[in-house]
Amino acid sequence: MADHHDHDHPAPDDTDCSDALAEIYTYLDGELTEERRALIAGHLAGCNPCIEAFDFEAELRIVISTRARRDAVPEELRIRILERLTMLTRGEAGGAGDGPRSGEPPAREA
Amino acid sequence: MADQAEFADQAMEFMPALYSAALRMTRNPADAEDLVQETYLKAYRSFGGFQAGTNLRAWLYRILTNTFINSYRTRKRRPMETELDEGEDLHLFRRLGGLEAFAAARSAEDELMDWFTDAEVTGALESLPESFRIPVLLADVEGFSYKEIAEMLEIPIGTVMSRLHRGRKSLQKKLYTYALARGLTEPVPTEPVPTEPVPEDRSDS
Repeated sequence: MADHHDHDHPAPDDTDCSDALAEIYTYLDGELTEERRALIAGHLAGCNPCIEAFDFEAELRIVISTRARRDAVPEELRIRILERLTMLTRGEAGGAGDGPRSGEPPAREA
Repeated sequence: MADQAEFADQAMEFMPALYSAALRMTRNPADAEDLVQETYLKAYRSFGGFQAGTNLRAWLYRILTNTFINSYRTRKRRPMETELDEGEDLHLFRRLGGLEAFAAARSAEDELMDWFTDAEVTGALESLPESFRIPVLLADVEGFSYKEIAEMLEIPIGTVMSRLHRGRKSLQKKLYTYALARGLTEPVPTEPVPTEPVPEDRSDS
């Protein structure tokens, strides 16, 4: 990783900014060992620039996950799949045979 | 052992998320519809092997991902893309004007959420080559763990991590270009700006 030493401040422990930023993703992904996580958290507690960077990354993650999953399922796709599944279920439940008519809401056999 | 008759009841609720993911994978609505339908039919057929009580969502995503990688891509004869826009290794945070500029530019109302549109975020994601796009999608949009992604893609966890790292960098770079284009930030020189060589006056006639 390139230079992350431009915010000059004394590191409170052995974990410096470049260590923290190098593991920013692993930290936010919740995939660090407890030991590493605690070290990074300790560094963040005393380093505002790093906290800002971590907050930014966390917020960006929320932006991405929110904005990349708002596509509406086409209604005819939902109906088509439901009909196919209903037909398959009926067929295997002893062959009610003819399946649902198009547009008919899936009915459960009593 | 799960009962096939219950499959629809349990699985239909995941369709919006699966459809969005399918759109990001295939990058077009017609193929995304095919992929989602194929995923549901495959999942129905193998639902007997699904262990009730385990993670149905992860199981469906595994089928979606496998279907996309194995059959969809082969059928479409789409080669595995590996090229990635790489270069300088900087966080978007730093590119968006550095610490002070960014903090100064933001107010309480100026949420990062409003910096980008849905189309920009999906466009940035879809601009990633497939081998990076899918891990980033599974991690950052769907929130799966490294281990789950490694299992879905059948690659080692270390490979998941490095693809995520590189894919996220490239995604941020793309978002940065959108931010630049919309005047949300000033271009930040990533290297010392080379001084323009002053052309010597060669009018030595």
